[in-house]
Amino acid sequence: MSTSPRRIAIFGATSDIAVAFARAHAAGGTRFALSARDGAALDRLAQDLKVRGAGEVTVRTVDFADLSQLPAIAEAMWGAFGGLDVALIAYGSLPDQAKACLDPALAEEALRLNFTSPALLVNTLAGYFEAARAGTIAVITSVAGDRGRQSNYVYGGAKGGLQTFLDGVRHRLHASGVTVLDIRPGFVATKMTQHLPQTGPLWAQPDKVASDISAAIAKRRAVLYTPWFWWVIMTIVCALPRAVFHRSKL
Amino acid sequence: MSGSDMSASPAASRTRLYGSWGNILRAEHETLAPRSVDGAREIAARLPAHSAIARGNGRSYGDVALNPGRTLVDMLGLDHFIAFDATTGRLRCEAGILLSDILAVLSRPDRDGSGWLLPVMPGTRFITVGGAIANDVHGKNAHGLGSFGCHVVDLELARSDGRRLVCSPEENPDLFAATIGGLGLTGLILTATLQLRRVPGLALEAEDIAFDRLEDFFTLDAESAQAWEYTAAWIDCLAGGEALGRGIYMRARHAPGVGAPPPARAPSRSVPLTPPLSGVNGLSVRAFNALYWRKLGSKRRKSHVGSYEKVFFPLDAIGHWNRLYGPAGFYQFQAVVPPEHAEPVTRELLAEISSARQGSMLVVLKRFGDIVSPGLISFPMPGITLALDFPNLGDATRKLLARLERIVVAAGGRIYPAKDFSMSRESFAKGYPALQDFLRHRDPAMSSAFARRMGIVEEEDAS
Ligand SMILES: Cc1cc2nc3c(=O)[nH]c(=O)nc-3n(C[C@H](O)[C@H](O)[C@H](O)COP(=O)(O)OP(=O)(O)OC[C@H]3O[C@@H](n4cnc5c(N)ncnc54)[C@H](O)[C@@H]3O)c2cc1C
Repeated sequence: MSTSPRRIAIFGATSDIAVAFARAHAAGGTRFALSARDGAALDRLAQDLKVRGAGEVTVRTVDFADLSQLPAIAEAMWGAFGGLDVALIAYGSLPDQAKACLDPALAEEALRLNFTSPALLVNTLAGYFEAARAGTIAVITSVAGDRGRQSNYVYGGAKGGLQTFLDGVRHRLHASGVTVLDIRPGFVATKMTQHLPQTGPLWAQPDKVASDISAAIAKRRAVLYTPWFWWVIMTIVCALPRAVFHRSKL
Repeated sequence: MSGSDMSASPAASRTRLYGSWGNILRAEHETLAPRSVDGAREIAARLPAHSAIARGNGRSYGDVALNPGRTLVDMLGLDHFIAFDATTGRLRCEAGILLSDILAVLSRPDRDGSGWLLPVMPGTRFITVGGAIANDVHGKNAHGLGSFGCHVVDLELARSDGRRLVCSPEENPDLFAATIGGLGLTGLILTATLQLRRVPGLALEAEDIAFDRLEDFFTLDAESAQAWEYTAAWIDCLAGGEALGRGIYMRARHAPGVGAPPPARAPSRSVPLTPPLSGVNGLSVRAFNALYWRKLGSKRRKSHVGSYEKVFFPLDAIGHWNRLYGPAGFYQFQAVVPPEHAEPVTRELLAEISSARQGSMLVVLKRFGDIVSPGLISFPMPGITLALDFPNLGDATRKLLARLERIVVAAGGRIYPAKDFSMSRESFAKGYPALQDFLRHRDPAMSSAFARRMGIVEEEDAS
């Protein structure tokens, strides 16, 4: 238990993966600073975590699409317990690619929520963690960011940009001993993907993804594919020659 | 592709395949999956007449949580704890939370081994609080502590007229009585307050005793009633003649001062898919029964102290064990008969099964005590209950079930809807004398395959 983080901030705390992660760490008095858009859902989660053994839970409603709110939320979450062991960034949205192709406003919104906002937030948090010279910044990106595909390059492009951004922040924080974890899940059965069938061997449950994240944080890893087989799949997908890849419908 | 979002929509609608636990029926359903208590209330308020039924974790063997071609409201998204008072043991939680989660979080031993425990648990921990209330489930301690419903302090119900009602013995008592054991037909249960129980040790002292004939069950049971709070017997249902009703009597009680960690949240092993042929057939049942009957060896008695997992939840060790019955599935039958007829009627039932040579591996005989459940149409009542499951052999199995049903109802007994896929309307009405009273509290939007089969909701009612 000594490696279990004691102060955790979660941005986008009501997402299914975040909820599973928080629940897995609640026992034993862990303190949580939670933020998300839906205040009622946050309160519900706070109560749930307390019954599960959390020491203290503070909540803050925020719209991550509103970039002007980011510095204040970062400060509040960092300050809630005088510093953090882990910051998990778990928000995002899955846009309708066909519509986003035709509607620049929709594409812009998706890029903002999946790239600009988390990138700016990480940038601000990096300053706090750097000064404290310890801790982990964990960010959920996606295997979709590994290679652009016709069926979802708006989402994939944002996530890919975020991966590169995290690479840079990791480089910057190396000297201060802060870990930057890039979490790349595949298909996860969550409310974001509820319109899809969610069955088959490639689909994972949020609990599984959450426990992989916990293990990766404990081991101070840089990049996590979850479940693990996505590393194999994406290695192959990325290695496909363009001529072959372009004939696929992926 | 990854799975986080910020949407606060109450539900997504889609069609999905759902089955009964016995796999007798699988069907496409229009599914609504509320993510919050408010979302569930909004859904309830929009439901047309006779359209929907709540679904918990689908551990009912029969069709109480099925509604083919219509709507299922999947309650698993309502999985939050709300509050727990560690001085009084009162737990408030949402109705979709699993008993396994409650055990994992709250039933942890203190330094002296004592702890909080769910007062009543059925043979599987993978059921929801809502499902436990709607079937008013019972456990191995039914003779001492009654049914699950006896420990519900209050509950919140969403009705299709848009109301969200608190129901308890004091507030809306009629609706409270109708909802406990009410098979989901009174509305959506949103939250519940449960009274947990303090036990002197979470571990159990358990004893298994082999017995040679049915009479011995009754002797052992009378002997054990006071000192052993958890009791049940396995019966070798293929034994006939002199050996009719032989079996293994199982009794357990809390071991003061001995702790036990909660069982895992999920089985570590699982049957991955349904094999094309049933693994449960005449041969394997015969072999199993013969072996199981001898498992205690020549001493014919075994005892141990340890975790409650094996005593309460032997079947939970393997996930999806129901698939072993193959694509045709299996029927489960559970009935209770009043105490005055207990012995002769149990004998008659066992003789019928033994002569039909349709064996079952899981045969449980258990006495219910005199504690009256608050539910209007709850299954538990004073008497002896017998539960078995039969591989589905088509007509032959249904005929056997009909014969068993006739014997039970003639003796003033009743069949358990949670396990049923074949009872007649007449038997249901006879077994549950408060049915007419119950029907006045039905929510007009609710309907299930079971309700239609029982004529509670007329077929042509459905739009
Ligand atoms: C291995 C095994 C052992 C078992 N042992 C026992 C036993 O010892 N004793 C016993 O009593 N039962 C036993 N059962 C049966 C089981 O306990 C019941 O069928 C239980 O009700 C299943 O709960 P569920 O959450 O899976 O609900 P489901 O099966 O999905 O639904 C059951 C009923 O509850 C209703 N319901 C569910 N949630 C709600 C809600 N939120 N609001 C309103 N209605 C709702 C449904 O409409 C349906 O009528 C056993 C089952 C299995 C598989």
